[in-house]
Amino acid sequence: MFRNQYDTDVTTWSPAGRLFQVEYAMEAVKQGSAAVGLRSRTHVVLATVNKAASDLSSHQRKVFKIDDHVGVAIAGLTADGRVLSRYLRNECINHSFVYEAPLPVGRLVVRLADKAQVCTQRSWKRPYGVGLLVAGLDELGAHLYYNCPSGNYFEYQAFAIGSRSQAAKTYLERRFEAFDKYSAEELIKDALFAIKETLQGEKLTSSICTVAIVGIGEPFHIISEQAVQEMVDALETREEATAEQSGGDMQDESGNPDAAAPMEEI
Amino acid sequence: MAHDEDVAGSERTLYPYVTGTSVIGIKYKDGILMAADTGGSYGSTLRYKSVERMKVIGKHSLLGASGEISDFQEILRYLDELILYDNMWDDGNSLGPKEIHNYLNRVMYNRRNKFNPLWNSLVLGGVKNGNKYLGVVTMLGAHYEDNHVATGFGNHLAVPILRSEWKEGMSFEEAVKLLEKCLLVLLYRDRSSINKFQIAKITEEGATIYPAYSLKTFWGFSAFQNPGQFAEGTW
Repeated sequence: MFRNQYDTDVTTWSPAGRLFQVEYAMEAVKQGSAAVGLRSRTHVVLATVNKAASDLSSHQRKVFKIDDHVGVAIAGLTADGRVLSRYLRNECINHSFVYEAPLPVGRLVVRLADKAQVCTQRSWKRPYGVGLLVAGLDELGAHLYYNCPSGNYFEYQAFAIGSRSQAAKTYLERRFEAFDKYSAEELIKDALFAIKETLQGEKLTSSICTVAIVGIGEPFHIISEQAVQEMVDALETREEATAEQSGGDMQDESGNPDAAAPMEEI
Repeated sequence: MAHDEDVAGSERTLYPYVTGTSVIGIKYKDGILMAADTGGSYGSTLRYKSVERMKVIGKHSLLGASGEISDFQEILRYLDELILYDNMWDDGNSLGPKEIHNYLNRVMYNRRNKFNPLWNSLVLGGVKNGNKYLGVVTMLGAHYEDNHVATGFGNHLAVPILRSEWKEGMSFEEAVKLLEKCLLVLLYRDRSSINKFQIAKITEEGATIYPAYSLKTFWGFSAFQNPGQFAEGTW
């Protein structure tokens, strides 16, 4: 009776000027497990939450290396994410074949966005149901972009996508102004804290997160699970130490156990 | 039969018509210097006297060509388009000499694989982000980089001089002097060279192609006196 008449294909406008199918695709990104990215002047770190579909299965990969200077983290339909990753890899390898130089990150992102946009303007297609955080390094420095199914893209200092990413965004919004001067290690720490925000009390372990980094003198690579666990452990001992020290002082910030704040002084 | 028609129906460069002779390029303190004469030979006839064989490519590169002049003009069309599309991104990125050199190599090698080569030896020099770059691409797609390069006859006559006299960090004046020495040797020994030269420079600040000028010659060397002496059958 009151069925939405305007959402049967992507190219149909609603009278309010909306494209429902595109908006539904954007929802798919929010359903996926979280991914965060943050950037200093020299490095970009990506971190994701790995959720297995069932206790009997392993989790799906959420971080993909595109080239030595670019990598992506995805949230949403993994299958679509893999297709887009393959496209990005192709673009990069073709560029280095012709010019023997890495493809500038901004140009890669525009090509990806153009590809996504086409799907919003063809009645026989569907938009990609995946959001990509693209981390990369080029002549102009380190970059972090977010590409969404609508064909829009944005450059960020720090961003989070996927389920419960709002908590991570809130955390990052409070701290992003200092990121430019961060070292790689500091970026990873804040990435882990941001990821922790999205877990809503669940314990952060290296088995449920992937961390990757790219930066000057450091080709894109996923950090080994062992190394991540060491960093998680280090964070926890610090957290405990500061909790003991300050006792009730943490109270007003306990909504977001901001154990990272005292670390600034260290 | 169909096969024969395919061959007859396609046109290839089987040999060059109007050609330019050697190009020389060297690194110096502030960037790259390049030199070439302005002659265009029609076979062995010196048919054209003021052909510019060095051109500025984008913001950071300089291209010099020996070989078929029309093929060089085609290459310039490719590069103009390439630079145009690069500028249209308007994102602060730009193709540097290394990128252009590799692009040219791909173009040249592709054409030779189609058995339809662009009949040139190209010298590509440039400066970007403080890095000097100087390289060569040949019509077969062979490519290399060096501190000093030369094409054609220059490979035989100029490179030995450059090997013994080129130094790191030469001043502009020293570098021009060295280039002129090479050009003069080429003028004396390469019959397709003419006494009308251009020098081009590219630095971090940009490129300049200087107006053509002549070198002072001296034909009184004893070796020039009786050219047929050791060549029986000549006059």
